Amino acid sequence: MTHVRLKNVSKTFTRGRDGSRVVALDDVSLEVAKGEVFGVIGHSGAGKSTLIRLINGLETPTTGEVWVGDHEITALAEKDQRAVRRDIGMIFQQFNLFRSRTIAGNVAYPLKVAGVDRAERDRRVARLLDFVGLLDRAHDHPEQLSGGQKQRVGIARALATEPSLLLADEATSALDPKTTAEVLALLGRVNKELGVTILLITHELDVIRTVADRVAVMDSGRIAEAGPVYDVFANPASDVAADFVRDALRDRPSPEVLARLRRTHPGRLVTVAVRARTGLAKTFFAHGVTADLVFGGISELQERAVGSLTFELTGPADGIDAALAELRAGGIDVTEEND
Amino acid sequence: MDEFLSNLPIFREAIGTTFYIVGISVVLGGLLGLLLGLVLYATRPGNLLSNRPVFIVVNILVNIVRPIPFVIFLLALQPVMLATIGTTIGADAVTFGLTLGAAFAVSRIIEQTLIAVDPGVIEAARAAGARPLSILFTVVLPEALGPVILGYTFIFVAVVDMSAQAGLVGGGGLGDFAVTYGSQRYNWTVVYITVATIIVIVQAGQFLGNFLARRALRR
Repeated sequence: MTHVRLKNVSKTFTRGRDGSRVVALDDVSLEVAKGEVFGVIGHSGAGKSTLIRLINGLETPTTGEVWVGDHEITALAEKDQRAVRRDIGMIFQQFNLFRSRTIAGNVAYPLKVAGVDRAERDRRVARLLDFVGLLDRAHDHPEQLSGGQKQRVGIARALATEPSLLLADEATSALDPKTTAEVLALLGRVNKELGVTILLITHELDVIRTVADRVAVMDSGRIAEAGPVYDVFANPASDVAADFVRDALRDRPSPEVLARLRRTHPGRLVTVAVRARTGLAKTFFAHGVTADLVFGGISELQERAVGSLTFELTGPADGIDAALAELRAGGIDVTEEND
Repeated sequence: MDEFLSNLPIFREAIGTTFYIVGISVVLGGLLGLLLGLVLYATRPGNLLSNRPVFIVVNILVNIVRPIPFVIFLLALQPVMLATIGTTIGADAVTFGLTLGAAFAVSRIIEQTLIAVDPGVIEAARAAGARPLSILFTVVLPEALGPVILGYTFIFVAVVDMSAQAGLVGGGGLGDFAVTYGSQRYNWTVVYITVATIIVIVQAGQFLGNFLARRALRR
């Protein structure tokens, strides 16, 4: 079942005195299923922040429709949008906690807005703080917490009204790797234990790889490609997606590294993409080819291997040709690296 | 000194008058200024209650009044005073002028202070489904409380200063006392004691303001 749907959405900003126009989103269509973790990845300026703000009506598209459940956000008046917002939680890169309120006060705020009475508010705040592991900090103020703790408060606050959808705007970009892992684990629990649909935007492939089920790759206001995370990043069809994979895995030699490898390794250099079981060693051996591993990296994406290895192949030329032909016939992506 | 002691009851009365003028001006002017400041902040294009016509009108009004020297402002207000409070001299007239003067000064200070509030927390409140007016009072003002208190402290000091100047136009209070019983009689003891009293009042106000702001900022 579809939870969030964007239909041909475009957003143009008019900037400055000269009224120059900036296209933030260009004909974006996208569907997020109920209960999934959907990631949107893109470099800064790709339009991600605008996209996520359309969903709870913080931004209005220039053209197109935004649907959340049965509500067409784009057709609602501001007043009716506010009611829908109570079913959509949001967390932010800079946490955006209220400094003037305690931790408990921050989590209670959406409940006050929703008109929940005091006793019920206290009960829910305690339960939420317990869920994010910060019950003992209820009476502290935000500046007494570390970044990771602040984001956990942000998550508790976003979940206060028991929303069915959580929007995460670069939620881990201000955190160190260890804290990032903790916050992502918590988001995983929010999705699995509470059944909350999560739409997150990020510029880090690691975030997508850790929590997302499906991903959309954005580039200059457009969706370059979208699909299950493994499919998109194991076989990227767009240059942006391929760039993200290369930057994250560092599995393919850069032109500089390649030039050095060519100087030090006189044999034939090939880079082989590693996906599932490849039987590389057996194939090379069978054709009398010696394969020396000179570069590469293999990582895991949704419990499946992804990466590539660069070999220096020595042995009879026809043996090498035959081995490579056999690999290609088996659907394995092979790149010759000798210019 | 003898002359000062012989005028002690009048001195006490002058202190009382200064507190009356400053007290009413800071409270009434402060509230009026808070209202104007909130309007300036909230109606600014792109803000919570974005409304260009209202913003432009209030903004220009504040810009016209603010640069007028206070003594001249008092004179210019005389017809208005006559029409409203029925007099153009004395403590009530000064209080009337000071209240308006303080209000316009406070409005800018409030506006500038609120603009510095992190737009991120406002976005968080909007995402929680809060109404713009509610955000103004439950998020924006509390978040800016420390700087707002310091702003009011600044205004308190300025109002004490202006109330003394108003003594020159017969407004009563410590400024009036210093002129009438001090400088006009070449009695510098009276002038210096009056100045010292004003300094003590200002110091006490500044101290209290700093204390409250520190508590609001929890530093």
